[in-house]
Amino acid sequence: MNITFEQPKIKESPNYLNIRYGWRSWLLTTDHKRIALLYLFSITAFFMIGGAFAVGMRLNLTSPNGLLFSPETYNKLFTMHGIIMIFFFLIPSIPAVLGNFLIPLMIGARDLAFPRINLLSWYLYIIGGIVAVAAVASGGVDTGWTFYAPFSTTYSNTHVIMTAVAVFVAGFSSILTGLNFIVTIHKMRAPGMTWFRLPLFVWSHYATSIIQVLGTPVVAITIVLLGLERLFHAGIFDPKLGGDPILFQHLFWFYSHPAVYIMILPGMGVISELVTCFSHKTVFGYGFVAFSSVAIAVLSFLVWGHHLFVSGQSMYAGLIFSLLSFMVAVPSAIKVFNWTATMYRGSISYDTPMLYAFGFIGLFTIGGLTGLFLATVAIDVHVTDTYFVVAHFHYTMVGGMVMAYLGGIHFWFPKITGRMYPEGWARFAALVVFVGFNLTFFPQFILGYLGMPRRYATYAPEFQSLNVLSSAGASILGVGYLIPMIYLAWAWNRGPRAPANPWGAKGLEWEKSPSPPPTFNFDEMPVVTENAYNYGAAPGATEAHG
Amino acid sequence: MALRPAQRKRTDKEDPLAESEVTLEALHPRELRHHFDTPEQQLESSLLGMWIFLLTEVMFFGGMFGGYTVYRNLYPDAFASTSQYMNVTLGGINTAVLICSSLTMAMAVHSAQLGKNRAIILFLLLTLFLGCVFLGIKYVEYHEKWVDHHIPGPHFQYADARYFHQAQILFFLYFAMTGLHALHMIVGAGLIIALIIMAARHRFSAEWYTPVEMIGLYWHFVDIIWIFLFPLLYLIGHTK
Repeated sequence: MNITFEQPKIKESPNYLNIRYGWRSWLLTTDHKRIALLYLFSITAFFMIGGAFAVGMRLNLTSPNGLLFSPETYNKLFTMHGIIMIFFFLIPSIPAVLGNFLIPLMIGARDLAFPRINLLSWYLYIIGGIVAVAAVASGGVDTGWTFYAPFSTTYSNTHVIMTAVAVFVAGFSSILTGLNFIVTIHKMRAPGMTWFRLPLFVWSHYATSIIQVLGTPVVAITIVLLGLERLFHAGIFDPKLGGDPILFQHLFWFYSHPAVYIMILPGMGVISELVTCFSHKTVFGYGFVAFSSVAIAVLSFLVWGHHLFVSGQSMYAGLIFSLLSFMVAVPSAIKVFNWTATMYRGSISYDTPMLYAFGFIGLFTIGGLTGLFLATVAIDVHVTDTYFVVAHFHYTMVGGMVMAYLGGIHFWFPKITGRMYPEGWARFAALVVFVGFNLTFFPQFILGYLGMPRRYATYAPEFQSLNVLSSAGASILGVGYLIPMIYLAWAWNRGPRAPANPWGAKGLEWEKSPSPPPTFNFDEMPVVTENAYNYGAAPGATEAHG
Repeated sequence: MALRPAQRKRTDKEDPLAESEVTLEALHPRELRHHFDTPEQQLESSLLGMWIFLLTEVMFFGGMFGGYTVYRNLYPDAFASTSQYMNVTLGGINTAVLICSSLTMAMAVHSAQLGKNRAIILFLLLTLFLGCVFLGIKYVEYHEKWVDHHIPGPHFQYADARYFHQAQILFFLYFAMTGLHALHMIVGAGLIIALIIMAARHRFSAEWYTPVEMIGLYWHFVDIIWIFLFPLLYLIGHTK
């Protein structure tokens, strides 16, 4: 695709970035675009903290007896890696950054419904994050991100309560973001923006918000009970005192399994935008893609028991949860098929965001299919708590969500900053990320299948070569993440000016709003007269239908 | 014609945001925030937001009701045994007090719809008073439990040795559920005080009384939680 760059103007027109300066204009802003940037910088910081723990783990695992750290320290490393990455990076990543920035632009609104609550949710996130970092600094926590009782309530002598407070506070940040999105999507759409003209990005965020609003309060109360139990030792989760530890697991996974869809659904929304734009073709089966998001949200609440196949849950419950877990794969598969069908006979251009979209589709498919292995009770008994599980969810979370996040950041970077990034470096980095990712996590499928348990500081010597391979891949992956940070920071200041719509994309944010947008998003409030992704026939392609 | 901020022509000479805020003051009703088109849109958004918030509260309490259900099925005899230590008289009075406070809150919202400012303040003061009566009685009940060593933890004692552990779990649930409920009452009382101050400053009118309606919804929700807590915690086992 040819991109024509505008000549730099002498003076920029007023936009949300240059309208006010100074720290107050950022820390007290109610502009959803500025709050999105506050999130962008803070989650990047937490991504680097979480990544540092991963570096520690992968270094330690290059030797069967642990290269650097004691087993106690290793326990803290994987716990803090999980907590930081899940609660402070993955859950807020696409919704709080891209969703925050784009939903009002995409539906033709001046802001989210509750701008001050939006700012409050960022402050809650930061307070939670500071408490989490304080917990790390004062010695960390070693329960695993799952906080399983009674280890977390009775036996662990690390900073469980402080970490629990961090997760609790960050949870309310997530709830408020979801609430804000639901009300915004219901009440703030521009004239003519009907539900079935909404971009699929908005549909997937709507589904995400439903999970955030319904699921997060349950983990919040679970954490409260956990904290009280740790303080008073009344025995509610302690089998020695008549309590039921399985109850904790049920309550925890009632949120935490839907939470993985909080982490992947926004990514799917990004991919729907990327695939249509770079195939220059309307999405195949809009209604199916839209409703598959809602179906995932609903089914996500019915599958938590597949985390308890070997925990002492009844066998019949296990069978039903197995069946339901298979069912949730159907809407996910619909999305993959429809993206593929969208590309079929499209006029595909291989810009960086599309490379990430290709990566997402391939890696998410592997992650999803191995999820079906894990939903099969008999296979799950074999691979429970092995590296097979670790590889599975990293294929969906890192291969899926982080790829989508990077693809989305590149795609909307011109809109967010008004600048273009260097395409050559960006394609190179996308390739490095893809190679590094597969080198890191594919060996872990094999390790898990051969029986290497997760969360152990040491392992049998025959697993060393695959572990070294995985650690080598992780270093490539780390470089792959550093390159975009460098060139995007450069491009933000020095990159060539971006036109309003550098990709020729459809959507209000591209067609009706300049880059970067003004504070109230549109110079003239838009009226929507056509469906989403109205790209028409791709050049040179003959449409199959009439 | 109603100019919206985004529709105004911009010039580079002045700060366009400041300019648009001036426009807002001039052309928007005072309570209509800049990003809404009409007061109806703003009201509907606020109410939908409040209902969704209450939904999150249902899920929040729902986790504990789930735990309650599990333990009640595991230990039905211990449940019957602990419920004899619940003060049904005080709990019953408190239930009546809360139902009355729901009525006065509804009257406050009704007065707001009619724009009767003095009536809003009167009914809110009544609601606040009833809320404080509830919390006072709750304090008396908690004090009884403290004297009887029924607070879970190292000093917990229970007359029937067979049920020591089970009873401790049940009292744990009792304190967690009623304590969280009382916390919501305290927050609600603070919100009502804020409403009274706003009403005293004549902030509400028949056209705009959204905060009264929203906090009314919250107050009714907290009452409903108690309507479930009272039979589940106090009346179980009293039929014997």
